[in-house]
Amino acid sequence: MTDKALISASPPRSGYSAWLRAPVPSSPFHARMQQLWLQWRQLRSNASALFGLIVIVIILVAALFAPVLATHDIFEQNLAARLLAPSGQHWLGTDELGRDVYSRLLFGARITLYIALLTTVIVAPIGLIVGTTAGYLGGWVDTVLMRIVDVFLAFPNLILALAFVAALGPGIENAIIAISLASWPPIARLARAETLTIRKSDYIAAMRLQGASSLRIIFGHIMPMCIPSVVVRVTLNMAAIILTAAGLGFLGLGAQPPSPEWGTMLSSGREFVMTSWWIAAIPGCAILLTSLAFNLLGDGLRDVLDPRHG
Amino acid sequence: MTPKRPLIEAVGLSISFGPLHARNRVVDDVSFRIDKGEAYGLIGESGCGKSTILRALSGLNSDYEGALTLNNQELPKKRGKEFFRRAQMVFQDPYGSLHPRKIVEKVLTEPLAIHGIDRASERVAETLDAVGLGPSFRYRYPHELSGGQRQRVAIARALITEPEILLLDEPTSALDVSVQAEILNLLKRLRVERNLTYLMVSHDLAVIAHICERAGMMYKGRIIEELTSQQIRQSQAKEDYTRDFLTASVEAVARRDEVVG
Repeated sequence: MTDKALISASPPRSGYSAWLRAPVPSSPFHARMQQLWLQWRQLRSNASALFGLIVIVIILVAALFAPVLATHDIFEQNLAARLLAPSGQHWLGTDELGRDVYSRLLFGARITLYIALLTTVIVAPIGLIVGTTAGYLGGWVDTVLMRIVDVFLAFPNLILALAFVAALGPGIENAIIAISLASWPPIARLARAETLTIRKSDYIAAMRLQGASSLRIIFGHIMPMCIPSVVVRVTLNMAAIILTAAGLGFLGLGAQPPSPEWGTMLSSGREFVMTSWWIAAIPGCAILLTSLAFNLLGDGLRDVLDPRHG
Repeated sequence: MTPKRPLIEAVGLSISFGPLHARNRVVDDVSFRIDKGEAYGLIGESGCGKSTILRALSGLNSDYEGALTLNNQELPKKRGKEFFRRAQMVFQDPYGSLHPRKIVEKVLTEPLAIHGIDRASERVAETLDAVGLGPSFRYRYPHELSGGQRQRVAIARALITEPEILLLDEPTSALDVSVQAEILNLLKRLRVERNLTYLMVSHDLAVIAHICERAGMMYKGRIIEELTSQQIRQSQAKEDYTRDFLTASVEAVARRDEVVG
């Protein structure tokens, strides 16, 4: 009633907005869109999450349009113009080989996001499948899978990634594999914990009584319940992935020079910190800002998505 | 007329929980029979084992001794799809028995998909109609529904595969009194319309007397006596425990009957 009154009281809306606010959804897609719309409104009212989202969108746009936005060739060396402070010519200065830091930063965003997104795409499904299967089936399946997870969890993240990169050889792809190997176990743990709380619930029992197979229950009923918390976890993890990637780059085991990966840039600027602060500070700030943005967005997403909060 | 053969029969059913050295026998040598089209109730205080019997019969708990038969055939411990097509269960808590992230339509079409039943869309509409929910509920999420509406969805889910047996685990105890009456009347009407057989578990005599023709009084894992709904209403019991139980709740029965009536 109040909803209707509100809608009629407000100025006439376009068809699209009315569709999103219709009191009775007319199709499954409609119901889903209305749900998303509500969640989006909730996220929008959270200032810090919105800030995180905006920063991430800016970085995404910067990465996508890097060739257009860049002012210089990122590989072109100009020793005459090395270590120049930020100016109208070079917005964020030049590095020790005279390359434009601003342009390199833009292309570096591509590498950083490439690593973060690809790792997530690898890690989330593996963690989800291992965790839900172990949690739902229980018994020896649970024991075996969780002991494997324990083995991976026993090593510090960066050390494990270092060991893998050392074995596989340096490079971005190997860094991605190494970071993935090190970061799926916490997600599996999370998914398993989530599964354990819902496996005994009545709606799962009801599905078993409908004759549903374990496969159908795990993929169709348990995973949808775990996905929100995994999405939140993965978003928060993005920051850690970016830092690990930067760390590997910094140690010379990730992206190799002359690739403009932020960690590599930071590493090469290390020698000039006292004289030319911008070479190290600018990629450092970029790493900081991106990590912060992902953390803020993750926190906001948790408020919106986590069933326990809503 | 030939004597009716029971549709469901439990013979010497015993269920124990806990590790071997500290077995706790929750259900002890229980036998009962339910005819086709009959509504049988199990009454008793909390922890007397009534819900445990229901879970064993439904197939959720396969760790029991004794035999459960359907149409004179012993049910295997691990139930097949066939059984689930014939018997369905309605749970106590409508807030926990619907998947929070699935719209009503999805909840209802899934059993049809599992059993490979055709005309899914029409069946969903028919079943929603049968439980008294209009088409406007079709694309709703459970959190948009009230407790009574959720329980109607849960009943619709149980009925959509057209089972002949409905196992009811205190289906109204989580609802308000006024909504309880609606759900009980719905269950009563559905039984007549669809010729269903009910096995209902409750601690509430009024509910059992309203729905069931016969009921078993349970105490400490045993059925101590069987009563007809008439006997429940008139408090005619042989056992002392039953008499106490009836006296304690007879006022409630009278009062509730007026509401449900």
